[in-house]
Amino acid sequence: MARRPLVKNFTKGACCGHPSFHIEPLGIFPDPMSEPTVAPAATDAKPSVEMVNVQVDGVWMKFPKGMRMIKALEEAAKVIPHYCYHPKLSSPGNCRMCLVEMGMPSRPAPGQSEPEKDEHGFAKIQWIPRPAISCANTISEGMGIRTASTMVEEVRKGVMEFLLINHPLDCPICDQAGECRLQEFSVGFGRGQSRFQDEKVHKPKNQDIGARIVLDDERCIMCSRCVRFSSEIADEDVLGFTERGSQTVLTTHPGQRLDHNYSLNTVDICPVGALTSKDFRFQMRVWFLKETPSVCTGCARGCNTEIGSREGVIYRQTPRQNDDVNSTWMCDQGRLDFHWVNSDRRLIDPMLKDGAHHRTTTWPQAVSAVADKLRGLRGDQIAIIGSGRMTNEELFMLKKLAAALKTESLDIVPRTGAADNYLVSADRNPNTAGAGLIFCDRPGSTLATIRQKVASGEIKAVIAWRENLLEQAGFTVEELSQLEVLVAAHVMANAMAELAHVVLPTAAWSEKRGSMINATGRLQRLNKASEPPGNARDDWEVLRDLTQALTGTNGLYLVEDVFKSMATEIPELGGLSLGKIGEAGLPLLPSSEVIPLLHREADRKTRGIIVG
Amino acid sequence: MSIHYKPGKEPHPREHRLIFKNIDRADWDNGIDCYLRDGGYAMLQKAIGMEKAAITGEVKASGLRGRGGAGFPTGVKWGFISPTNTKPVYLICNADESEPGTFKDRYILHQDPHQLIEGMAIAALAVGAKVAYIYIREEFPHAATICEKAIEEARQRGFLGKNILGKEGFDLEIFVHRGAGAYICGEETGLIESLEGKRPYPRIKPPYFPAALGLYMCPTIVNNVESLCHVVHILRMGGAEYAKLGKPNNTGTRILCVSGDVQKPGYYEIQVGHLTMGEVINDLCGGLKPGRTLKAIIPGGSSSKILKAGETYKIKRGAEVVEMGLEELPMDFDTMAAAGTMAGSGGVIIMDDSRDIAWVLNNLNTFYAHESCGQCTPCREGSLWMKKISDRIVAGQASPEDVTTLESVAYQIDGKTICAFGEACSWPTEAIISKFRDELTSHTRPELADTPKNPVTEKAMASL
Repeated sequence: MARRPLVKNFTKGACCGHPSFHIEPLGIFPDPMSEPTVAPAATDAKPSVEMVNVQVDGVWMKFPKGMRMIKALEEAAKVIPHYCYHPKLSSPGNCRMCLVEMGMPSRPAPGQSEPEKDEHGFAKIQWIPRPAISCANTISEGMGIRTASTMVEEVRKGVMEFLLINHPLDCPICDQAGECRLQEFSVGFGRGQSRFQDEKVHKPKNQDIGARIVLDDERCIMCSRCVRFSSEIADEDVLGFTERGSQTVLTTHPGQRLDHNYSLNTVDICPVGALTSKDFRFQMRVWFLKETPSVCTGCARGCNTEIGSREGVIYRQTPRQNDDVNSTWMCDQGRLDFHWVNSDRRLIDPMLKDGAHHRTTTWPQAVSAVADKLRGLRGDQIAIIGSGRMTNEELFMLKKLAAALKTESLDIVPRTGAADNYLVSADRNPNTAGAGLIFCDRPGSTLATIRQKVASGEIKAVIAWRENLLEQAGFTVEELSQLEVLVAAHVMANAMAELAHVVLPTAAWSEKRGSMINATGRLQRLNKASEPPGNARDDWEVLRDLTQALTGTNGLYLVEDVFKSMATEIPELGGLSLGKIGEAGLPLLPSSEVIPLLHREADRKTRGIIVG
Repeated sequence: MSIHYKPGKEPHPREHRLIFKNIDRADWDNGIDCYLRDGGYAMLQKAIGMEKAAITGEVKASGLRGRGGAGFPTGVKWGFISPTNTKPVYLICNADESEPGTFKDRYILHQDPHQLIEGMAIAALAVGAKVAYIYIREEFPHAATICEKAIEEARQRGFLGKNILGKEGFDLEIFVHRGAGAYICGEETGLIESLEGKRPYPRIKPPYFPAALGLYMCPTIVNNVESLCHVVHILRMGGAEYAKLGKPNNTGTRILCVSGDVQKPGYYEIQVGHLTMGEVINDLCGGLKPGRTLKAIIPGGSSSKILKAGETYKIKRGAEVVEMGLEELPMDFDTMAAAGTMAGSGGVIIMDDSRDIAWVLNNLNTFYAHESCGQCTPCREGSLWMKKISDRIVAGQASPEDVTTLESVAYQIDGKTICAFGEACSWPTEAIISKFRDELTSHTRPELADTPKNPVTEKAMASL
């Protein structure tokens, strides 16, 4: 039976898609269809790592000693179907889908000092009649593994059949359909036909087990990934199994709910449709979703994400693996913080204040209105208040605008909250570090002075970008009302925009390309998942047009140009471009910050509990 | 000193009683005074004067093989504790006697608990355990009470506690832990999980071999009740002398629990391999019921493969290979293995021609479907599927293809699971189908072959 290449991993499962896997193989892997050969010794192996020889499907390869079998096979580009194994969780070995045929080097025959050798000088392999799980066994010198033998094919067919006999075939209405491991491996390794003729086991359905989670026990295949995630990663041991045998059901412990701030990760790692997100269920078939790699802007952690959108509407945000930032997880709060993008409270037209009311206008008129209003003022009468939610490119353009206006009153609004012991950073601005780098200042340090000057009347014009100054910044309606010029660039209608003389509608993080620097100094890139609504525009373009209206200079046509320009002025960014940042980001600024969740993950990896 | 037994409970002359010496004794109770009067705890005293390695050495020399089911050499198991180990070592007595057809350990627990405690104390001394557990199945509430009382008595007399019998540093506490009614708790790693307060999901091996990563991730020795009792007699006789009982590689005595269609079912302690299957039935158990003929034997608990009357087996005797019939087979580990089954836990189930093999199969399938822990896929899903198919075979609602499917399901489980439950539930089915295919097929109806039995499918078909 032909195997379709299952190279691309599930975006939702985020299981073994670490980028280093593909670019740093241990050796050169010959065509598996060719005759047994010996792979050349790995050249990039660190000398301190002891390497062992393992025969994989007839080809001898070298791997670091003690490596988990499934990891070695992954490096050898073998597809090993699995359900319960997850590289970031302990391996219970319960699904039995990753069973492979295993052999050990034969011992010398009686009276012989050396075992019989193959043509490559390795001891002949004694194949074990019982299959072995590759998720929990480690490789050893002279071992043989077969991943496509008759035995392995039969075992996989058997396990697939077992998993399906009591599984409801409700794929047409199941949210997991399209990214379901049961569907995928059924096609790849199943029997194709059921021999089961009896009544299926019935279990609880539509169980409300948490604020954001619904459980369908009939769909559950008891892989225990969610149980292990909750206890091992989230430290909330709230899930478990009751009953036994085929009647086993997943449930919450008495009096407990799956409510922790990382609960939706269980939906991601559920290989089937047992755990579904209340927010996403029944909203959209996953195969219609366009997935755009992005970064969460809920805090300074900058968790890597994938935005799932269709025809300009965002339906979900899921974590994307980055072992230097968020592993394969993200918090529920950050994940669900996207509905405002689709909101009907978005600003969709530039507006000018006409008496007590705003009227919509065109962009050229709005831009020249701002320029006209500011032209009569001295630089020290103008303040520009930006946001830590702006990209580097936008902050850089904001600085250019400040230069054009000859003002030194330029800052962002700090935004803080409690850090958790996992991923959430106390800094709730995603790009404070970028602001620090571009403004060469401690972000937020001059905000109080600006506010004082606004209150005293010294400052007569304020340009507020992506911040409602009545909220975090603490300005009062009175202070803002006495301004001669108040320009509000924002994504959402808000109370400050009500006061503004000019309102400029701009783009959400998911509607633009640009870069940010997270709490650990990592430069990361946002990508455009959808268009801004109505006449709202990308922030950097609006800033360019304003600067042009004031100075007449030109030369920036693409956001890439802004980055280039920035890279010539800021030494840390020298030699970089938006393209070079890549989807995994780049370490840029020194940082001593320890990410608690990653720290514990590294410890578990060192202790061999997880593959990592 | 001659031993008297209660009237009607006298051992059969062909028995050789070591472990069951005190079972059904007249003027015997399970109190410590009785045990001490009979020389009890003298072997613990003797062990205290020995090197740890010497005790293990005697057990190794005795050739004792575990009586719980797997028949693994006990001394070798003890030797698995790493000499460089610095963690606490635990000893666990597996008293979760739950293999259908087996009922030997309960008599020890009920009538001779001090024999077990003495054996455990010696074993604990040998492996360096200071804490030991007796894991008793839920269905033995009385045994748990008796063991707790016996432990307290032993502690009062200084056989347990600190500095036992004055030996500096020899401390041992034994705790009774009651199960909650699951067969899988008899699997040693499932037992350990249960003891830790968790669901008894058996652990994967590697890495969780109990001798390395057992209870609380510390080295742990798990032995069956009967095995631990044998230790007392090994010390008394000396390993080499004990090894003269039974047969080479199948040493000592063992208790057979005979049930089913014989005149006198019950427990019989025999020298391993000294009696044939026929002698067990005809001599020990008084033969089959009148007018009946032998149909089949399950020789070592319900999970051992069935042996069919009339079969012949090629068995090694010394250098030569001899062909034997079922009733000529000596009851020992190696012969049972050579006959394609196992001596297992000693539960011998005799079936005569009155038994319907489809019912037998269904009975076993029902038990295992009920007891599968549900952790790993093949056993969780397959055990209930096997039951459902055999339900239909018994009810005359199956087609001949269903028998083939049932056999295939069994092989799909066999060898693919975390623990031996996979084999325990599939072997009986595999063996029964391979040996009684015609009888099973006679229950089936060929015309059902293409009939959908799934009610949902049926409904769907009807609506077309």
